[in-house]
Amino acid sequence: MTVNHFVILSALLFGIGALGVLVRRNPLIMFMGIELMLNAVNLAFVAFSRFLQSLDGQVFVFLVLTVAAAEVAVGLAIIVALFRTRATVDVDEVSGLKG
Amino acid sequence: MDLIVFYLFATLAVIAALGVVALRNPVHAALCLAVVFISLAALYVLLSAPFVAAAQVMIYAGAILILFVFVIMLLSPGVDQGAGALKWQRPLAAVFGLALAVELILVLASAVLPAARGQYTPERLAQIGDVQAIGALLFTDFLLPFEITSLLLLVAMVGVIVLAKKRVRS
Amino acid sequence: MDLLNNLFVNLYDWLAGALHALAAGLNLVKDAENAIVAAVMSLVVIVVLLLWLVLMVLVLIWLERKNAARIQDRVGPNRVGPFGLLQPVADTIKMFIKEDIVPTNADRLVHTLAPIVVAAPAVLAFAVIPWGKGMFPVDLNIGVLWVVAVGSIGTIGIFMAGYGSNNKYSLLGGMRAVAQMVSYEVPQVLTIVAIVLMTGSLSLNKIVDAQSGWGGMQWYIFAFPVGPIAFIVYYLSALAEVNRTPFDIPEGESEIVAGHHTEYSGMKWGLFYVGEYFNFFLVCTIAVTLFFGGWQGPLLPPYVWFLIKVYALILLGMWIRMTWPRFRVDQLMGFAWKTLVPIALVNIILAALATPILKAIGLI
Repeated sequence: MTVNHFVILSALLFGIGALGVLVRRNPLIMFMGIELMLNAVNLAFVAFSRFLQSLDGQVFVFLVLTVAAAEVAVGLAIIVALFRTRATVDVDEVSGLKG
Repeated sequence: MDLIVFYLFATLAVIAALGVVALRNPVHAALCLAVVFISLAALYVLLSAPFVAAAQVMIYAGAILILFVFVIMLLSPGVDQGAGALKWQRPLAAVFGLALAVELILVLASAVLPAARGQYTPERLAQIGDVQAIGALLFTDFLLPFEITSLLLLVAMVGVIVLAKKRVRS
Repeated sequence: MDLLNNLFVNLYDWLAGALHALAAGLNLVKDAENAIVAAVMSLVVIVVLLLWLVLMVLVLIWLERKNAARIQDRVGPNRVGPFGLLQPVADTIKMFIKEDIVPTNADRLVHTLAPIVVAAPAVLAFAVIPWGKGMFPVDLNIGVLWVVAVGSIGTIGIFMAGYGSNNKYSLLGGMRAVAQMVSYEVPQVLTIVAIVLMTGSLSLNKIVDAQSGWGGMQWYIFAFPVGPIAFIVYYLSALAEVNRTPFDIPEGESEIVAGHHTEYSGMKWGLFYVGEYFNFFLVCTIAVTLFFGGWQGPLLPPYVWFLIKVYALILLGMWIRMTWPRFRVDQLMGFAWKTLVPIALVNIILAALATPILKAIGLI
């Protein structure tokens, strides 16, 4: 069990998350992709923190957690507001700038 | 032993992550996301970071995922219909996403980590307790980011209420 | 007396010693021998704990029905066994031989997994409870967090049940339950924070040890005013978290049939039922550990004290269930966010201010 194991897993998850954001057109699933990417970063942070024997990485994870929570809350509220005005949840349908 | 546990949860996480991206039903995607969160928490325990693991389950699986589920139920968009307006986007996106993953793996796998030089060995952490150690760091070295985080949460809360509130038309 | 106090710890040590003696006959390396004995002993602990929990649930079901009957001026179960004591056993056997129905348009996998996801975390949480002096399956230094984190997985299971059944009552009940559990988790955790502040540790063992003064009677419930406020808020939100009347809107029979487990039958329904009682037992044990000194107490053996306190709280919960009518759903959410959360928040500030004073005058 070396740091490489965790870092490669983290890269894989990050890639899958990015793929989800790029491929899917449902904003909810795109958000889940972003969550996956944040989680991958967290995993890399904790792995580095463990193998460098410094706790800074774990502290960063907590900061990322709060940012993720805030981001999801605001993002989902935006999706709900979008659905109210447009009655659709396809991001391609909402390419106009005027509400 | 550690390696077996690692491979078990790593495979689980990757399969579930693929499920999040591939499954058409948003509810199934959300449940797959829960599996990813929980297997990552198990990996954190393996990395001797139980506090982070508990926080991961509590915040991601307990709060963020529930939020997702609520919005899915509120909008009930049903099953994803597949590619919409821009049909050529999908294969291109898949290529770029895969390229990103391969690139990241190549770069990170070839990177050389400096030797461990921190003071928090797993034995020392077990002795002082990682909650205490993280708490001490948060309230000394990382005090400013910590305080800014509280501001961020407040802003997010106000923003969500403004966005999601039904407007009373006068 | 000492023998009785340490009965189970001595039993454990004796069994481990016997296993070591057995393993020594195999002429293994010392490490391998230790690993084997440790593995077998953890298996023994797990099996004993599971059997104990199942027994507790059977007792709880009997107690609940008897108690409800007495309060409503009935007799209650009295056919199977003395005082109807074997009624839960008969019910379990009936449950096992019932037909297992999956609705035609249900989401089969989600529908089947849901009861497991509901019941399993409740069992996991018991791993950190100190049942008596030296009687804890694992000593985690984040014990309290473990209980809260594992408990939040059960919420997903309830959503899975509501969604997977493909029934409007299931979905409504499931979403109500999820909303309620997420809301009431907040005041619950906030009250725990007050206790953690006074102790300075997240380990349940350390929290129990901190209440050992006055010959085992210096409980946090007496740490006026933080303790009593925290206990009342905790107990109310815990009753809501486990969906018991007066907070049982998610499965209110008169509104939405049976909520998220409308479409379940046989042993899958049984798992929901058992999971509910596991959770009720769990919140009572946690309340005893946090506020009533856990196994601390004079004269009687520690594990007996623990059970007495837990059952006192359980009976209180049953009494409340039989006495109060159900809330309305909007009242319920309002109660959590507008009453309990502010009280709990003020209580945390109070705990931070009062801890040095309480320490100085010897209340904690």
